[in-house]
Amino acid sequence: MRAALIASLLLAFAAPVAAQTDVPPAPFAYRQLADPEQEAKAKALMVTLRCVMCQSQSIADSDAPIAGDMRSEVRTRIAAGEDPEHIRQWLIARYGDYVTYSPQVKPITWPLFAAPLVILVVAALLLRGRFARTTVSGEQA
Amino acid sequence: MKNLKLGIWLPLVIFFGLIGLFVHGLMRPADTNVPSTFVGNPLPQFDLPAAAADRPGLTTAAFRTGKPHLLNVFASWCLPCAAEAPQLAALAQAGAQVDGVAIHDRPDDLARFLVNNGNPYAAIGRDDKRAVQIAIGSSGVPETYVIDGQGVIRYQHIGDIRAEDVPMLLDKLKAAGAGS
Repeated sequence: MRAALIASLLLAFAAPVAAQTDVPPAPFAYRQLADPEQEAKAKALMVTLRCVMCQSQSIADSDAPIAGDMRSEVRTRIAAGEDPEHIRQWLIARYGDYVTYSPQVKPITWPLFAAPLVILVVAALLLRGRFARTTVSGEQA
Repeated sequence: MKNLKLGIWLPLVIFFGLIGLFVHGLMRPADTNVPSTFVGNPLPQFDLPAAAADRPGLTTAAFRTGKPHLLNVFASWCLPCAAEAPQLAALAQAGAQVDGVAIHDRPDDLARFLVNNGNPYAAIGRDDKRAVQIAIGSSGVPETYVIDGQGVIRYQHIGDIRAEDVPMLLDKLKAAGAGS
């Protein structure tokens, strides 16, 4: 009796899940493009786009319904000859920088790109100081 | 020598600084909503077929009537959409024009949903590929957009409409109407 109750409760909670899988997916959600070159282009873009539903996966990895529809959107646009970066910008205009995993050069992200250069320069300065000192002590000895 | 003594405490200060940062991050409730950055832009071009037998489909042109609209993104398989149905009915009753976009829905499921929860919609477009949903930066169901009389997106409400949101949305509609 209790088992039946639990089972029916679980089924009730599973109803939305069943509904999710019930609806037909968008045409290119789970189908690759016929042209391997175009598919490679689409794939390269899709792994750097973030799913807005599951939020920690790329749309290439995610099985969320909206990720499938976003893949279909990307593949359709690639097949129509659209530039991948143009598609990225189109999505950023709608979902913000949130949607892209590859950081864009913007005022707020400049430290990201400047930090490696700054560290290299500081390292060079430090090393130069050290080498100069060794030479001096070497002369003394 | 004096400097070195003070410097010994530096790692501890950094340690407590990090602890403070982590506690702050843990206490702050996570906001997992992804707001649309498309608010302020005109609606993209679309022409969706009718999703329900007794309501027309939805086109971009239908929004350029000079009167503000509510655009409700919903689905029959979405439980919060059923929860917000009374609030949508109240909005329609208060004179708001409510248009719907049904996401990944089947006609019979949708018909049953409208019978069970009421039908406040003037038009319902059928979006099987989420083409319109993605084009307006919506990341889930339900979401409700305020569109002004020229078809420009003025406001996005994420999640179901609660009773306390109804006056706020009516205000947004009024503001959108005044601006056009």
